[in-house]
Amino acid sequence: MNATAARPPSLQGKRILIAKPGLDGHDVGAKVIALALRDAGADVIYTGLRKAPGFIARVAVDEDVDAVGLSILSGSHNELVTQTLEELRTLGAEDIPVFVGGTIPADDQSTLRAKGVRGVYTSEIPLDDVIASVAELLS
Amino acid sequence: MSAAKDRAAAGGESQVSSSSNRSGIEAPVVATPDTPRTRDSGLPGRYPFTRGIFPDGYRGRMWTMRQYSGFGTPEESNARYRFLLDRGQTGLSVALDLPTQCGLDPSDPMARPEIGKVGVSLSNLSEMELLFAGIDLSRISTSFTINGTAAIIYAMYIACADRNGIPRERLTGTIQNDILKEYVARGTWIFPVAPSMRLIADTILFGNRETPRFNTISIAGAHMRDAGCTAAEEMAFTLSNGLAYVDELLRRGGEVDSFAKRLSFFFYVHMDLFEEVAKFRAGRRVWARLLRERYAVTDPKAQMFRFGVVCGGSSLVAPQPYNNVVRVSIETMAAVLGGAQSIFTCAYDEPFQIPTEFAAELALRTQQIVAHESGIARTVDPLGGSYYTEYLTDEMERCIDALMKEVDDYGGTIKAIEDGWMQQRVAQRAHERKQQIDSGALPVVGVNCFRRDDQSAAPGEVFHLDPEVSRRVLEKLDVTRHRRDATAVTRTLDRLEAACVKDEENLMPYLIDCCHAYATVGEMVARLKAQWGEFREPVRL
Repeated sequence: MNATAARPPSLQGKRILIAKPGLDGHDVGAKVIALALRDAGADVIYTGLRKAPGFIARVAVDEDVDAVGLSILSGSHNELVTQTLEELRTLGAEDIPVFVGGTIPADDQSTLRAKGVRGVYTSEIPLDDVIASVAELLS
Repeated sequence: MSAAKDRAAAGGESQVSSSSNRSGIEAPVVATPDTPRTRDSGLPGRYPFTRGIFPDGYRGRMWTMRQYSGFGTPEESNARYRFLLDRGQTGLSVALDLPTQCGLDPSDPMARPEIGKVGVSLSNLSEMELLFAGIDLSRISTSFTINGTAAIIYAMYIACADRNGIPRERLTGTIQNDILKEYVARGTWIFPVAPSMRLIADTILFGNRETPRFNTISIAGAHMRDAGCTAAEEMAFTLSNGLAYVDELLRRGGEVDSFAKRLSFFFYVHMDLFEEVAKFRAGRRVWARLLRERYAVTDPKAQMFRFGVVCGGSSLVAPQPYNNVVRVSIETMAAVLGGAQSIFTCAYDEPFQIPTEFAAELALRTQQIVAHESGIARTVDPLGGSYYTEYLTDEMERCIDALMKEVDDYGGTIKAIEDGWMQQRVAQRAHERKQQIDSGALPVVGVNCFRRDDQSAAPGEVFHLDPEVSRRVLEKLDVTRHRRDATAVTRTLDRLEAACVKDEENLMPYLIDCCHAYATVGEMVARLKAQWGEFREPVRL
């Protein structure tokens, strides 16, 4: 058990975009994280399904978010995350931290981190730990 | 013992984790003749079919063993299918990639990263011919997990059979073709609800006439369940969706005594064995009652609730992955005790990769062992008459009725989906389930109890998708586009588009013509989208 006795830190006042890039229709992970972030005080924007990386980067900038979470379970994470990071860079928004959730094999987790992803959260990680990690990214 | 301490930390302390199941039904410590029971469950093969749809259970016919598989190019998937058939599998189950499911050609920019990833890429008839090369479609039944583009894949399958000289009436198999749950949980919707429902009615009415042995719909609760909802919600929402299809077919002039015989269902089996058995027993009873009482269906065959299942899904976890084999064998027993007509057993490596050949074979062996060694299939509904099972079945029926009433009171399943009410319910349940796992209230071995430090180590074999898949798929698509008769493509697509705005036309013959002309899935969908528009997803947290 990893659940800590301490309450997770507050994300009050933080704006976070949760997005589904690509064609993957499994949105429960994205929604569960969105609900957990909201419970922790964050202002959460959820894109809905099937968004292009360019669209996601545009929303992140227009909505002036503090972080972007991408959820991908289709195995296309390497391509889609890379594209999203590039689109953010094109808009001069490479300083917005990006985290990723979904079915991400261990090898790919390090590849994604090397590309600039700040956190990778798979489904076994307790929500409190995810919140604590996101709070740390934003501090 | 560190493991024991871990269990204690999970709140277990060598005790039963909970006195009730996730559907909220309290279990008695001991069930006796005095345990509340509302009715006699009758006999298998007789209304309301609580104990099964066949009087002789699996004695007459063993369930169909159907492993969901498909990846990369049609050639690679064809090799995996031959491997599985060679090892005793009795039906095929085709997994399609996301571009095919969402109606995009591989050449679409949104499609490129997803080509061949979660299933096989199947953009036109020439690819389907390769997929089934050397497989006799008049002998093997094939199931397609396809929804948004189900009518097109069904048309392509018929065109493929036509090319091979196989009479349509000999085709057996299933298309999932259940768009309502796609809006709720699986997400491969394309068109708005009304034209999607029309397309589904077209396939069912056409199938009744032309492919009478083919199941043109498999109304699925599985994906809502795997996304997070409870067993009772899974059954209730699925039956509510089923009624919406019945109503649509009646509106289109279908005869319920006839089309209801082709309606089949599909569910997940997770780990609570008795809850699952009760879910299936209650589901059969509720469906038969609804058809008889609400629609005056008299033919027993049209009252029968036939279903397939998948064992595994989100009940499987990545840590200590070999434990998943044990989970799947328990779930298979639940499916058999619940009277399933077909079973797909997930491979242990599914939580983190496309199954290797080794894992796929082990998954098939798991259900073969249950079928042929355990003796479980000898007697129909062997749990029937158990005080506990009958009590749970009655309670499950009560829960299902109450949940279906909740959907009705909201304004029906279509309104509940268009408003995002059902989606919101599933997401909230998923959040709840995750919190229960995090707190240890819902024990998962290797995740919140009995963990070990080195458990993240991946098992020996790793599946590698050929990185050349995309390139080969795109090259073949180019070749097809050059070789086909362009005027025939345009002509058949024009006719399809003209027909789709006329509600009284059945679109199946038009789609079959398009497939014969080697029009692509993306081209057909683009024409329909031009007239029908796209579904607007309600985003509601």
